[in-house]
Amino acid sequence: MKAPLHTTGEVLASKRVGAYQHLTVVAPGVAERFRPGTFVAVSVDGTRLARRALWIHGVRAVGGHGPALQLVVEPVGPGTRWLAERPVGARVELTGPLGRAFALPKQPVATLLVGEGYAAAPLFPLAERLRERGCQVNLLLAAPDERHLLSALEARRSARAVTVVTADGSVGRRGSVADVVAGVLAQAAAEVVYAAGPVPTLHAVAAVAEQAGAWSQTAVEQPLTCGTGLCHGCPLPVVGEDGVARVVRACTEGPVVRGDRVRWAELAGAQPEEPA
Amino acid sequence: MIDLPNPVVVAAGCGGTGRELAALGALEGIGAFTTRSLTLNPRAGGPSPRIAETPSGLVHSTGLPGPGLEIFLATELPWLVQQGLRVVVSLTGASVAEHAEVARRLAQAPGVRALEVDLAVPDARAHGLLDVREPFHAANVVAAVVREAQDLPVLAKVRADVLRVAESARVVTDAGASAVVVGGPQAAALPDGRPAGLSGPAVLPLALRCVGEVRAALPDVPVVGCGGISTTVDARAFLDAGAVAVQVGTALLHDPTTAARIAADLAGGPS
Repeated sequence: MKAPLHTTGEVLASKRVGAYQHLTVVAPGVAERFRPGTFVAVSVDGTRLARRALWIHGVRAVGGHGPALQLVVEPVGPGTRWLAERPVGARVELTGPLGRAFALPKQPVATLLVGEGYAAAPLFPLAERLRERGCQVNLLLAAPDERHLLSALEARRSARAVTVVTADGSVGRRGSVADVVAGVLAQAAAEVVYAAGPVPTLHAVAAVAEQAGAWSQTAVEQPLTCGTGLCHGCPLPVVGEDGVARVVRACTEGPVVRGDRVRWAELAGAQPEEPA
Repeated sequence: MIDLPNPVVVAAGCGGTGRELAALGALEGIGAFTTRSLTLNPRAGGPSPRIAETPSGLVHSTGLPGPGLEIFLATELPWLVQQGLRVVVSLTGASVAEHAEVARRLAQAPGVRALEVDLAVPDARAHGLLDVREPFHAANVVAAVVREAQDLPVLAKVRADVLRVAESARVVTDAGASAVVVGGPQAAALPDGRPAGLSGPAVLPLALRCVGEVRAALPDVPVVGCGGISTTVDARAFLDAGAVAVQVGTALLHDPTTAARIAADLAGGPS
């Protein structure tokens, strides 16, 4: 895997879609190294030392600039609000792409991609890579409400079947991932399941996949400070290949880990939250 | 003290295993690399959340996760040495005996240039480590490490407590430390009240004052400055105050290239 870069990017476009701000940022070399599931760590205003980790929603060629990163920001705290307010032309310092990407199956198998909220972002470029390999792509998208549902229209283009659930029923079925994932998995006859979202959702997907005998890979988002593996602020309890329980760094040994390797119960209560 | 080609050193606990920074080219030109504080046995670290952001600072209580001595010697140290880095191994422990055992083993390991005894862990007791509060505790630990370290220089990292730092520096050098590292985290609390350390630019003025106090009281003792350094101007302030070297720590979490940039600036000569 190519090494990440620490560089200065430039905001080429910024667009509000529902609850999220979609930023297009050109950062030479970073987009070229991107693989679905990796992320960037971005510096924010002034006296704030912690970096904000953003999922990469895709890479798109922008005339005169080459490939640019498409990033999704949910402005919920001071740092993410600052990022969402960056005007076109603003410079942002970033490091990436960071972390381990989703592993792609060697055979053209049926897959299910489960995403909730902004965290669904890396599943879209993943869907493209899977289709290139002849894999059948089924998508289950979830959100609290329509405003927090990421790119549902785009999803129809990249997947064979799309299921949408929202907690308030404003679009798609009313319910949660946990309510529907077993049925969707069975219907898709998926052998590999990819998931990105809050910990309880990932836990539910990993459990259902294991029961169904499917492989699962989960992109685990933990509160992190540096994103580069230095601060030990994002502990992820796992069971190693050797069967030994240990704590790894979500940013470096993750964010994508096998769903059956995570000690989910110990992650409860450690939800990602932007530093106040 | 070890001979440093550049006065900029990566501080303990902020440079990961070294590989993370090397991948970004961020160890180029640095004077030395200090490892995270090593313990005899592996440590998983403390519960989440471990780190909170505060203006110009980070409050942290990681519980010092680490591989333990055996895995460090087998995997991490050889890699650091292969990179041609001057390796300073930071160490801590639950007892004087544990410090001594770690020092004894490290003294036999090829490639270690110096040991740094971490006497400034701000949340030691909460994580089952020896809480070095009184100068005589510090002296005991340093004397035990120096005895086992054979010819290796031993640096003692003392708390940046303005009122007591000169006394701390005196007892650790009397106990055999070759140099004193002044600075590091201030004792603090996480928002939920758990003991923690505060690092970053917020603590820089305190660390700078502490360097001045030690220099004034002990003009012959080499002092390494550490605490909130994130720019070349910051580093020069510590060097101008009489520090022989500076350590860059928390700034690496915000910009991993900080130490390499400051090292390059300083190598470029005075401005």
